[in-house]
Amino acid sequence: MLISARLYLQSSLLIPLIISGLTSKAILFIMLYSMMNSEVLAGLAINSAQRSIAIAIADEPPDLSSLTTTDSLSIMILGHVVEGLVGYDAHNQLSPAVAERWQIDDKGATFWLRKSARWSDGKPVTAHDFIFAWQTALAPKTGAAYASILYPIRNAEAINKGKMPVDKLGVVAKDDHTLVVSFEKPTPYFLGLTAFVTYAPIRRDFYMKHANSYGAEAEKILYNGPFVIDEWVHGASLQLKKNPHYWRRAQVKLDTIDIPYITSDPGARYNLFKAGSIAFAGLNAEVLKDALKNRYKIRRFVDGVLFFLEFNHRPNRITANLNLRRAIQAVLDPDVLVNKVIGIPGNIPGKSLFPKWLKGVHQQFRVEYPAKEVERDYDLARHYLAQAKQELGLESIPPLVFLTGDSPNASKEAEYFQRVLKRHLGIDLKIDKQIFKQRLARMKAGSFDIVSAGWGPDFDDPITFGNLFASWNENNHGQYRNSEYDRWVAVAENTIEPQRRMAAMAEMQRILIDEVALVPLYERGTIYLQHERLKGVARRIFGGDPYFGFAYIE
Amino acid sequence: MLHYLMKRLAFGVLTIWFIATATFVGMHAVPGDPLMSDKAVSPEIRKHLEQRYGLDKPIMQQYQIYIMNMLKGDFGISFTQQNRRVNDIIAEHFPVSALLGVLAIGYATLGGIMLGAITSLYRNRWPDYLLIVFVVLGISIPSFVFASIGQLMILKVNAWLGFQLLPVAGWGSISHMIVPSLILGLGILAYLTRLMRSSMLEVIHADYIRTARAKGLSSQRIFYRHQLRNAVLPVITVLGPAIAAITTGGFVVELIFAIPGLGRYFVQAVQQLDYTVIMGTTVFYGAFLVLMVTLADLLYGLIDPRIRIQKVA
Repeated sequence: MLISARLYLQSSLLIPLIISGLTSKAILFIMLYSMMNSEVLAGLAINSAQRSIAIAIADEPPDLSSLTTTDSLSIMILGHVVEGLVGYDAHNQLSPAVAERWQIDDKGATFWLRKSARWSDGKPVTAHDFIFAWQTALAPKTGAAYASILYPIRNAEAINKGKMPVDKLGVVAKDDHTLVVSFEKPTPYFLGLTAFVTYAPIRRDFYMKHANSYGAEAEKILYNGPFVIDEWVHGASLQLKKNPHYWRRAQVKLDTIDIPYITSDPGARYNLFKAGSIAFAGLNAEVLKDALKNRYKIRRFVDGVLFFLEFNHRPNRITANLNLRRAIQAVLDPDVLVNKVIGIPGNIPGKSLFPKWLKGVHQQFRVEYPAKEVERDYDLARHYLAQAKQELGLESIPPLVFLTGDSPNASKEAEYFQRVLKRHLGIDLKIDKQIFKQRLARMKAGSFDIVSAGWGPDFDDPITFGNLFASWNENNHGQYRNSEYDRWVAVAENTIEPQRRMAAMAEMQRILIDEVALVPLYERGTIYLQHERLKGVARRIFGGDPYFGFAYIE
Repeated sequence: MLHYLMKRLAFGVLTIWFIATATFVGMHAVPGDPLMSDKAVSPEIRKHLEQRYGLDKPIMQQYQIYIMNMLKGDFGISFTQQNRRVNDIIAEHFPVSALLGVLAIGYATLGGIMLGAITSLYRNRWPDYLLIVFVVLGISIPSFVFASIGQLMILKVNAWLGFQLLPVAGWGSISHMIVPSLILGLGILAYLTRLMRSSMLEVIHADYIRTARAKGLSSQRIFYRHQLRNAVLPVITVLGPAIAAITTGGFVVELIFAIPGLGRYFVQAVQQLDYTVIMGTTVFYGAFLVLMVTLADLLYGLIDPRIRIQKVA
């Protein structure tokens, strides 16, 4: 929000207007009312007596059906109200949820469900509910975008492609509380997948009753998580209440999570936090200064998303030339981008497709297999550029098309790239700013030379990043093709032994850096404010973020 | 009169059809793909999604189906909000925008007429200059500036008072509506003031005013009965489109004050290429605009009998 000092002064015109808008009687009434309710009104953000908190969200959750949802906001809400076989504990480690225990080998998995797991109408959650949900998500007519996350289950892909009926899915209920899954091929990261929202259970009778409107209203969802959606006024508010049938209800410390505000304006959310109306608010660069001035405690969280420059590797594109890519990489400095251009604290300069937080065999993957450092060297860059020109048979490099988003940050970044490439390499960058869906359409069609891309992980395993550059991946928009790389992806996907898998992942990391398949830019950090009496909020990369299931008021 | 009404109705239907067709064409001409999301889907899934939203049919057939459904009053299902009917979106969110709009336009109209009359009475004296400065500011400063400032003012006033006089944002009670509707109406208020001022100055020199003075009517009576009534006509003309504009143009105010109005859906649908919501909201607003303009015309006739006679002739 750009507000100049001049305009701010003029705004004093507004005060008499605001006052004159109320008759003196109304003012008196409101004053009296406010005084009587001052505790309630001022303490909206948290209320320790009623064990409730209030928060704001950026948008209406677009899809609260666990079968079809894809966006992070819906997954945040669903993370509070539905629960899969496994979940994440307060330390973000996989932990038992509906499943009490499990056994996984290279052929399949067996899950023993706890008998105390209940739906919000009191009926038990059974193995059949998981089978029904998985079959429905895979049925082609459901059109579930995340159906492919179920592909490790035997026949899942064939079912999803309409080549087999859904009852051929490799999963059976040995009894009501024992679920036996057979794999299509060995899947070492299967446990992490079952925490993903598409794997959540759905009960057949309830779903059938609302077949064409499941998830569209609060009463058209059946809940089995720590909370239920008590009220959902579209576009206006949501209210989550503690689920009285939840098996771990004794550990849930909040009775109500109130979401009375839906606005995508970070300035408005910050103002609500300042007013004591909400207990939690993200910050952007515009409001950061004011937050610092007010001496709020600024918290940081790395949300797991990696941003990078993706090259167009299609053979007819000039960026298919390795030396040109090397030249571009040698002049771009992620440190400068993070510290000088973006300027919000919390972002980590990118060094690899595999972010720092990913786990390896025993410790962090990048500690076990450090990424090769890339030197920023302008002389070397010009040397690469000369080679590229020679190989391409060009006198000079024609302007490159840089596809990017329409956010203010995207513009700042684009201008930085433009300046650096022009100054050090004499290459012109044509900036093509597009709204999200049009950018995606252009990425898919390959109408770009370089695109500013981001990737958020789906499950807790390095392969969720690694397979992005596999030749068969639909999200490989630059169409990077490397058969050696594909072989290592196959090893990492289908080997059980962690040591061999991580070694394969390290080979993938090496190839991507050697071939400059991408230029890693930064791992996204977010900054936010939290009410000082609100504790135990879990910030997490998977399972919906932020998570208030462990939160309490001090 | 009936003949005139029928003619207006026919033109109205034609206008709405034209709006629907132009939107349909424009929407499909915009590059991008409504079914695309950050998660790429397989061709098989895509085929089923296309079937669900009718995108698998040739474009002319899609158009035909769309117009037929529209005639039945069915705008279809949203692309981006799973399983939500566009009719429901309009039914749930338009009343919010409309309420805010009615409050805003109500005070803006009364205020505009009043302030405009005052400026003309005090022409070229300090109240006139003061109000003109205000008018220029009101017209030239976009509402998002006023909205942000308004929200900051609420914060400051609440902090100064030590209790919450007005909520910073949200929806539900009359106290949520005060500041947003004031800000929403500010532009129109300024515009109407200017319009009313020039219209009053025009009327002041008319023959019938001189006659009235010559008859020896009190200046009060001249002001209310003759000047104001004649000068208010242009205001009525712009009021119809203004009502339609204010209920659509509330997007920024709705965003900053977290108000669940239709404006948000209207703007976001275009950004997200949500075909059915784009069509539904545009056609709905188009119809609303046509209705308002027609009403303004009818009102015009009521206030000034001369116009009524002319139109029938």
